[in-house]
Amino acid sequence: MTALPPLRRARWLRLAGILLVGASLPAQQPRSADPAGRAAPALPDSVVEARTTALAGSLRCPVCQGLSIQDSPSELAQQMRALIKSQVAEGKSDAEVRGYFLSKYGEFILLEPRARGFNLLAYLLPAAILALGGVIVALNVRRWTRPSGGAGAQTGGSSPGA
Amino acid sequence: MNWKRSAVAAAVAAPFIVLLAWGLTKDPREIPSPLPGRQAPEFALEVFIPGEGAHARNVGDTVSLAALRGKVVVLNFWASWCLECVTEHQDLSLAARQLAGKPVQFVGVLYNDVKDAGRQWVAQRGGEAYPALDDPGARAAIDYGLYGVPETFVIDPSGKIAYKHTGPIWAGLLTAKVDSILAAATPAASGPKGE
Repeated sequence: MTALPPLRRARWLRLAGILLVGASLPAQQPRSADPAGRAAPALPDSVVEARTTALAGSLRCPVCQGLSIQDSPSELAQQMRALIKSQVAEGKSDAEVRGYFLSKYGEFILLEPRARGFNLLAYLLPAAILALGGVIVALNVRRWTRPSGGAGAQTGGSSPGA
Repeated sequence: MNWKRSAVAAAVAAPFIVLLAWGLTKDPREIPSPLPGRQAPEFALEVFIPGEGAHARNVGDTVSLAALRGKVVVLNFWASWCLECVTEHQDLSLAARQLAGKPVQFVGVLYNDVKDAGRQWVAQRGGEAYPALDDPGARAAIDYGLYGVPETFVIDPSGKIAYKHTGPIWAGLLTAKVDSILAAATPAASGPKGE
């Protein structure tokens, strides 16, 4: 292989890549051939399954402690997963499926709280603390690196290394 | 210099302490339901235990919420494996009998259980004053945002969820709720022309 000229090797790699991607998505094939036929094209199983898994992973199992529907072995969680799957297969969007569970269980069902109202605190506070820390570090670094003849040098203990 | 630093530290810490203290005042087990006040989800489920008296339905018949408009519906989710359901069982039947003369329909919905186990459970407890319905796949349970059993919903004559009770319910509370809904519904129905 090392004997191949660089250009040919690149083509080889590309071909291998295409083959790999093609092999991993066999179920995608019928979809592209299908949609023109029906008004509501049936989603291929692999897509339904992937979306179901993603949705179930974002919703909390109501009878567990901090587990998603996807991760919980409980009967209710599995029934909920089946319901998500059937809703996805019916052609509902991710937002519609999530909205259904939200309307039944409230905010609790979402593993990740929506970024609004009081919930914003959870999103903004870490950033605010990080920014505050950055400011404190920047101020101190400036003080420490100030030339020894500077005005700030007399505050004791802050520049023992200088 | 030092007191200034302490003041800054206190000013930064205070909101966090207030936030945490406020968190302590909340019951972590209490999960607010968005359902009360909303239109009750429709269901149409098959009867597998007939019940008695005014509430009775034939086994194999379908009971749908839509057909019960105009009545107060007491919807109780239960299971034979549920320990707390034993506690409320007598009370539910008692309330159902006490309210038998009024426009009220009690129904029990079996949650994640086998019908035979449910039948046996009811028989062991000397029967039930209202029919039991089967809910395959827990679709109705999920529609009602169920967390566990027992949970009881009281639905008003217009089909709105008037009250949700988590955990075992007792006869006094249930009859009081139903009576207050009936009292509120009656003047409202005749109110516009009556008064």
